[in-house]
Amino acid sequence: MKLMKTLMTATALVAVMAGSAYAKTLVYCSEASPEGFDPSPYTSGTTFDAASRTVYNRLVEFAHGETTLVPGLAESWEVSEDALEYTFKLRPGVKFQTTDFFTPTRDLNADDVVFSFERQWKSDSPWYAYQEGISWEYFNGMSFPDLLKEVVKVDDMTVKFVLNRPDAAFLADLGMDFASIVSKEYADSLEAAGNMAQMNQKPLGTGPYQFVDYQQDAVIRYAAHPDYWGGKQAIDDLIFAITTDAAVLAQKLKAGECHIMPYPNPADIADLQADSNLKVEEKEGLNIGYLAYNTQMAPFDKVEVRKALNMAINKEAILDAVYQGAGAAATNPIPPTMWSYNTAIQDDPYDPEAAKKMLADAGVENLSMKVWAMPVSRPYNPNAQRMAELLQADLAAVGVAAEIVTMEWAEYLDQSKAVDRDGAVLLGWTGDNGDPDNFLGVLLGCDAVGGNNRAQWCNDEFEKLIQDARLTADPAERTKLYEEAQVIFKDQAPWATIAHSKVFMPMSTKVSGFVMDPLGYHRFDDVDIAE
Amino acid sequence: MIRYILQRLALIVPTFIGITIVAFGLVRLLGSDPVALLAGERVMSPERHAELSRQFGFDRPIWEQYFDFVLSALQGDFGVSIRTKTAVLEQFLTLFPATVELALFAMLLAIAIGIPAGIFAAIKRGSWFDQITMGSALVGYSMPIFWWGLLLIIVFSGMLGWTPVSGRIGLQFFFRPITGFMTIDSLLYGNWTAFISALRHLILPSIVLGTIPLAIIARQTRSAMLEVLGEDYVRTARSKGLSPGRVIGLHAFRNALIPVITTIGLQVGMLMAGAILTETIFSWPGIGKWMIEAIGRRDYATVQGGLLIIALVVMIVNLFVDVLYALVNPRIRVQ
Repeated sequence: MKLMKTLMTATALVAVMAGSAYAKTLVYCSEASPEGFDPSPYTSGTTFDAASRTVYNRLVEFAHGETTLVPGLAESWEVSEDALEYTFKLRPGVKFQTTDFFTPTRDLNADDVVFSFERQWKSDSPWYAYQEGISWEYFNGMSFPDLLKEVVKVDDMTVKFVLNRPDAAFLADLGMDFASIVSKEYADSLEAAGNMAQMNQKPLGTGPYQFVDYQQDAVIRYAAHPDYWGGKQAIDDLIFAITTDAAVLAQKLKAGECHIMPYPNPADIADLQADSNLKVEEKEGLNIGYLAYNTQMAPFDKVEVRKALNMAINKEAILDAVYQGAGAAATNPIPPTMWSYNTAIQDDPYDPEAAKKMLADAGVENLSMKVWAMPVSRPYNPNAQRMAELLQADLAAVGVAAEIVTMEWAEYLDQSKAVDRDGAVLLGWTGDNGDPDNFLGVLLGCDAVGGNNRAQWCNDEFEKLIQDARLTADPAERTKLYEEAQVIFKDQAPWATIAHSKVFMPMSTKVSGFVMDPLGYHRFDDVDIAE
Repeated sequence: MIRYILQRLALIVPTFIGITIVAFGLVRLLGSDPVALLAGERVMSPERHAELSRQFGFDRPIWEQYFDFVLSALQGDFGVSIRTKTAVLEQFLTLFPATVELALFAMLLAIAIGIPAGIFAAIKRGSWFDQITMGSALVGYSMPIFWWGLLLIIVFSGMLGWTPVSGRIGLQFFFRPITGFMTIDSLLYGNWTAFISALRHLILPSIVLGTIPLAIIARQTRSAMLEVLGEDYVRTARSKGLSPGRVIGLHAFRNALIPVITTIGLQVGMLMAGAILTETIFSWPGIGKWMIEAIGRRDYATVQGGLLIIALVVMIVNLFVDVLYALVNPRIRVQ
């Protein structure tokens, strides 16, 4: 009987699919399976692409292809004088998706917003631990439990966030995936049915596409959300075909089995560019790969020594050998795609002779140091071992003997935090929310010494600028402060800024409207495909 | 016969214990601190670290974690994935049919080509056919799977466009799984085009996964045949005036089959190992790809639970092969 029923549903489904044979379909060859479909517990970009960016919305959204914020589910917002209260006016008439697993009876309201945050925050919420081992990594990682005092429903269409301390990056945090707004009505119905795990399997939100089906590790299917507040999408069916190997991804794209792919092998890019049916777009990633000196240990506590070492590094050689062309030399600690990037700053020139002289002037002779190389490949540094070898040679050319140190990854992350660490560390960072504070404050602030601040660098002047920028909500004012902070950074040289990786997106020439996202998202709203 | 089966069953107990130790131990050699790895570059507060360690049970003594793992496994609970928060057994059951389907086709291909090739090579010993077959078998056996798979994709899917690059079925076909076997499900839904699409998607991965077993089976069949063809009873059969077909088909082949069956049985473990690479290349949503991803992401629970389930499956298949072998060869039962 069960078999019969399945058969009948399936036949109906096949019929529906066959009927929609002329529907516009876009196939995205995604690089991995999503961890789940709940937008809040996870941290990987793959999951964000499959859940939060397709199915959900947030109060504020990142503008297409930028790190600036635009209204999302909130039509407008106000920030109090003391920057402790953020009041959001919700967009009226926002519909949740109607699917074969749930039919919503009401539009978005303040209850949904309050619920979306409290489930990650209040341990007495039945949703706080609705699946074994679930944890709210980003909510915690962005310090929301300390930052939030309360989230209040003012009226049906107004929500107020009260903070314990001012934090100018708060608004950008609300554009992040963990802050996606879920339907309280859907959650309530799942709770009543005793089937809370479905929240993570069949997502339901307000976003541009609605979830249809997921075959584990193989295919995810979406359909355009007909009542989307931003207007129905031109693509009727959106398909994620999960393909893990980058070389195979490229073959699939060339064979026309998919229209767009992420993360090509650097070695395949020229071949893809040569294909007349394809175009390859590129953009600098929101990341930085750096070498952090320990500024609390002699002789690296001297600015001249750090500057001299920076001048000994041949970045062009590193870009060729390590990034294989998929990188751009870094001048500032934030990538050029981020607002407030200071374009006036000049990088330290590559000048081994001058470097030698500066070291001698600083009274440093026969210096020997350690260079830590990560054991893993990361987007901001695809091959740290190779990079360390090149650095070793560069340093040898100015009379500095470098010893390469490496260890297992977890150990590396832990030991490189130590304030009395011996040596300079290769590491990097990929931005979370496009806010400069997410780089400058998180990686170089005084309170991050012994933690994320691998240079162990605490500069009063720099710190004051960062703190002031946190207290003001005015973007123009913040831009000025961050530009100034970058000048101090370059002057003091706690890091050798090495590179920002470049991200490539090969796609069929039929695809239009796809915008490369500085935050690394693959968004399919406003994308179209020619028949 | 019953005694034989019981003896084989008793052997499963120490093997099971061995496997649990290996599965449990191996993942702990992957890295020192799985919780820190979860956080990556983002520094985690010590409180958060302690909380997550407690949640995953990493804060308890190692022997306690081990016994908990074994006891739960005995009750059918193989843990919950750290990454996806779903039960390991549930994931395994969803993905296993894909692997079995691929393995069956690969094995079918290996047997259908390997056994006849081996027989002919034996009969025509020393001929150019023998030399070419055995030469290719050696090449096939030494072929790096990843390179072989990619080469086939580039030539047959990329340049010639004869076969699809990857996946299990064309994306236009969409039905809820009944058996989990795409070929069977498409037929159950009465959709011929879908069935053809599923078959087309099976061609390249089956060739890649079947290459090594094919080489081994061909070589084994040849040497077993050669041995049997030299036996007295074959000479007797020939001198009785039986046709060459009857001598080879009835007398020689049936006796040569015994070691070949063992070889085929042993290939099951090999297929699982081969599936890891084959599935990764062809984006085949089976347990091989699942395991490799879990290892890459340091998903301890999935790796140790998954390894244990896979090992149990291989053990059961081997037991089945042993019993089959005993049925074919009565001498085994007596020993």
